[in-house]
Amino acid sequence: MPRKMRMNSAIATAVGDEMRVDDSVVMFGEDIAAAGGPFKTSAGLLEEFGPVRVRDTPISEMAFTGAAVGAAALGLRPVIEIMFMEFLGVALDQLSTQAAKFHYLSGGEVSVPMTVRASVGTGTGFGTQHSQTLENWVSATPGLVVVSPSDPQTAYGLIRAAIRHSDPVIVLEPRAHYAARAEVETGEAGLTALGAARLARQGDAVTVVTLGRTTSVALDAATRLAADGVEVEVVDLLTLVPWDVEAVLASVLRTGRLVVVEDSPVTGGWGSDIVARVVREAFGALRAAPFRISAPDVPVPYGKELETRYAPTADDVVRQLGAYVRSGNVPHPWWVEEGVTR
Amino acid sequence: MIQRHATHERRAALADPQARYERMVEIRAVEDTVNDLFATGAIHGTTHLCQGQEALAVGLASVTRPDDVVTTTYRGHGVALASGMTPLALIAEIMGKTGGCTGGVGGSMHMSDLGIGLLPTFAIVGAGLPVATGAALAFQVRGEDRVAVAVFGDGATNIGAFHESLNLASIWKLPIVFVIDNNVYGEYSRWNVTTPIEHLHKRASSYAMRSAVVDGMNVDEVRKALSTAVARARAGDGPSLVEAKTYRFAGHSRSDTAPYRPEGEWESWTQRDPLRVTRAALLDGGDVDETSLARLEERVRTGVQAAVDEATAMPAPSVRAMFDHVWAEPLPPVVAPMGGRPA
Repeated sequence: MPRKMRMNSAIATAVGDEMRVDDSVVMFGEDIAAAGGPFKTSAGLLEEFGPVRVRDTPISEMAFTGAAVGAAALGLRPVIEIMFMEFLGVALDQLSTQAAKFHYLSGGEVSVPMTVRASVGTGTGFGTQHSQTLENWVSATPGLVVVSPSDPQTAYGLIRAAIRHSDPVIVLEPRAHYAARAEVETGEAGLTALGAARLARQGDAVTVVTLGRTTSVALDAATRLAADGVEVEVVDLLTLVPWDVEAVLASVLRTGRLVVVEDSPVTGGWGSDIVARVVREAFGALRAAPFRISAPDVPVPYGKELETRYAPTADDVVRQLGAYVRSGNVPHPWWVEEGVTR
Repeated sequence: MIQRHATHERRAALADPQARYERMVEIRAVEDTVNDLFATGAIHGTTHLCQGQEALAVGLASVTRPDDVVTTTYRGHGVALASGMTPLALIAEIMGKTGGCTGGVGGSMHMSDLGIGLLPTFAIVGAGLPVATGAALAFQVRGEDRVAVAVFGDGATNIGAFHESLNLASIWKLPIVFVIDNNVYGEYSRWNVTTPIEHLHKRASSYAMRSAVVDGMNVDEVRKALSTAVARARAGDGPSLVEAKTYRFAGHSRSDTAPYRPEGEWESWTQRDPLRVTRAALLDGGDVDETSLARLEERVRTGVQAAVDEATAMPAPSVRAMFDHVWAEPLPPVVAPMGGRPA
């Protein structure tokens, strides 16, 4: 029976549901136990499961991320919370250099079924050092699965699937959506398969590939463009590593156009991989050059108007998609269009 | 395909003093042999040898169980052999052969065999401490009487992972023993240019943790100190920090001849070579004589040479091997056929 809940509570519900069916699931992180999490993504877990399985840690990302690696290697399924994605910087060794390699370096003997949850992105005014998405910190290391939910349902479903998975999974949670409310199907029916994209909206004019926060941005833009007769297809990746090549190609074969909307800066953004792969696999099906709508190559600014303009907005996506579908030419990003920079 | 060869018998044998000496001789022979193999170009890459630190490795393995776990460093051949890995599995790994402990994908810095409690060894300074802490957490949560041991060098006590891990282990009262293999040098730097205190076990006091310092050149002393700490951890009595004073007889790695040592230091430490100390103690004990020890040493050296010969004869892994074991649970293939799709 679907229940209406916010995304943060969908996450806590998912962890709790998994802890209830699997004794090996434990959770730890900064302020996640007694306080229920700074974003209330673990509210009620300490009360139900007790202090052995639900633990507050010191501000020691390196130690508790590494502890999750060791605990996972020895039979637990730890879920850890990195309060802001940037805080993973001090613990990246444990994730990229240790967790991602254990199975490989042990000849398949040691697996690391850990889930790393991290809040990401703009829209909440936390400033330059707390607002990036940083997918590429984790996406370029084979051995790590990377997912990003776009709403309460996919948050619930991906978290449960991540906990059950035998490899390390990083869940990039769009912080701006923690308060978003929607119906959530819980239980087994609510699980979201890893590695599978979701067709969030059907359309024939252009394929728009999104991840996390940009899904809602693209869906808003698609609704507005539909009023002008432009039907946009939105493919919400959900899993970034390994991303669903088949679903994206199938859509591009239908529409002949590809645009990626991403929250990361131009340089090194994940959208480049999508575009490169589609060009290689489906060049003949493309009616126009594919392109990316992303953030500019600058740190995330704080001022409200600055922060809002930094990451792709629905206005931005409407302008660029509209021009692209009408002309077949690739439009400029806003910072070029408005003459701010080249 | 991977043949680990490690046996619990090799571990259990360490209950006997003569077997402990034999294992120390084996570690020394393996390290000397590996050094020669690198020097002659028979194998590529680099290596970090542990001559001088054998007593710690063997002492530790003799007071822990195979179902305990140990994390150690890129200077980890001694701990691997002491824990029960065979010279063949280790040498074949260093030679990048199919019979190596990871099938040749790991190399000298990455020994692994969870069957004897050895988590993949760590090539990043300090990285093993948080992982061992997590293993101890797993034991605590599951109510198991197993113990985690983190072995690391003196250099690692200056990295954040050391301090974060001791702090976490202390507040959670985890069943873990942190072991500093203080071999005087962190890579190319002597302790005094990187560290403001000489006796590193004192760092435990910041974490309200028990600590001990022990002569790491004496296997019996090592056993005494570590068995106390291991027993405490196993009894649920919390973590300890044990500092073993050892000495790295070789340079940091293959390319380092260690010209930076103070004059006379190497000579003074090698007087207390752990093999020499243990050998003398065995002879003093009167159960063995010079002839039988010489025979034992010869047997070990022959065995190591046989392992080298066998590893040399092994095939290198096929290129497909690099694709093995990246994932424990590969996600459904979503890869399109190669060569593109029809438009």
